[in-house]
Amino acid sequence: MKIIYKTWWKILTVILLLYTLIAGFLLGVPHLPILHETIRNTYFHVPMWIAMFTVFIISVIYSIKYLNTGNEKYDLIAVECVNTGTFFYVLGLITGMMWAKYTWGEFWSNDPKQNSAAIAFLLYCAYAVLRNSIDEEQKRAKISAIYNIFAFPIMVVLIMILPRLTDSLHPGNGGNPAFGKLDMDNRMRMVLYPAFIGWSLMAIWIASLRYRIRLIEYKKNEID
Amino acid sequence: MKKFLLFAIFCLSYLVVNAQQAQPIEMADEMRSSGKIYVVITTLVIIFIGLSIYLFSIDRRLKKIEK
Repeated sequence: MKIIYKTWWKILTVILLLYTLIAGFLLGVPHLPILHETIRNTYFHVPMWIAMFTVFIISVIYSIKYLNTGNEKYDLIAVECVNTGTFFYVLGLITGMMWAKYTWGEFWSNDPKQNSAAIAFLLYCAYAVLRNSIDEEQKRAKISAIYNIFAFPIMVVLIMILPRLTDSLHPGNGGNPAFGKLDMDNRMRMVLYPAFIGWSLMAIWIASLRYRIRLIEYKKNEID
Repeated sequence: MKKFLLFAIFCLSYLVVNAQQAQPIEMADEMRSSGKIYVVITTLVIIFIGLSIYLFSIDRRLKKIEK
């Protein structure tokens, strides 16, 4: 937990993301029909989802830790990780819609991937509603921790598994592997993987800032 | 003569087919080579550096409050 107060990994985040911003535009990419230069969106759209997954996983870990120990701090970490994750969720959805408009033809074409992503988004909206509807602190922490632990695997099934079982316009579905030989080469991986790490760290950074603010609020409320 | 004509037609048709296959997919290569993509990259980098300085400043202020 001390690590969120350290500076070195924040500098690393900035360096990694600066690299992906510059290399993402300048390095060569495969010449593919329909996609053209929009293939570079891979460097920015996909990492939004990876960042979201990273903070959601952290929030599940801290929800479990909270249920084990009853330490309120863990509950605060879990909440702020979900809040940050939801933010990146929205960014992922919007950038995906934007990309879809120019490659699939419509912002929203009721593609299985899009639809189940929207449903899974509602899951996390429900988390916020559930939390805000309970006044008693311990009860709220406990119920939302349990909800969070169950919501995560359902979200994974909705986003990653169900669209794969049917035909979808989105790469990686309907039997075609995303990031495979067809749509990706090693030049792209050199930008994509640092982008995954960089944006994940960025999400953790924002979540840690939010957690620290919330911790101050929590302590203030305790004193009052 | 007939054989030569036939051969020529084959050659030509092969060329036509080949030209169709080799039609390059349109990319923004020219824009990059003309250098103007650097303008966009610089803009993005400026925005990103600004945002990260902003995040660092929030971090510093929080540190003060925590003490």
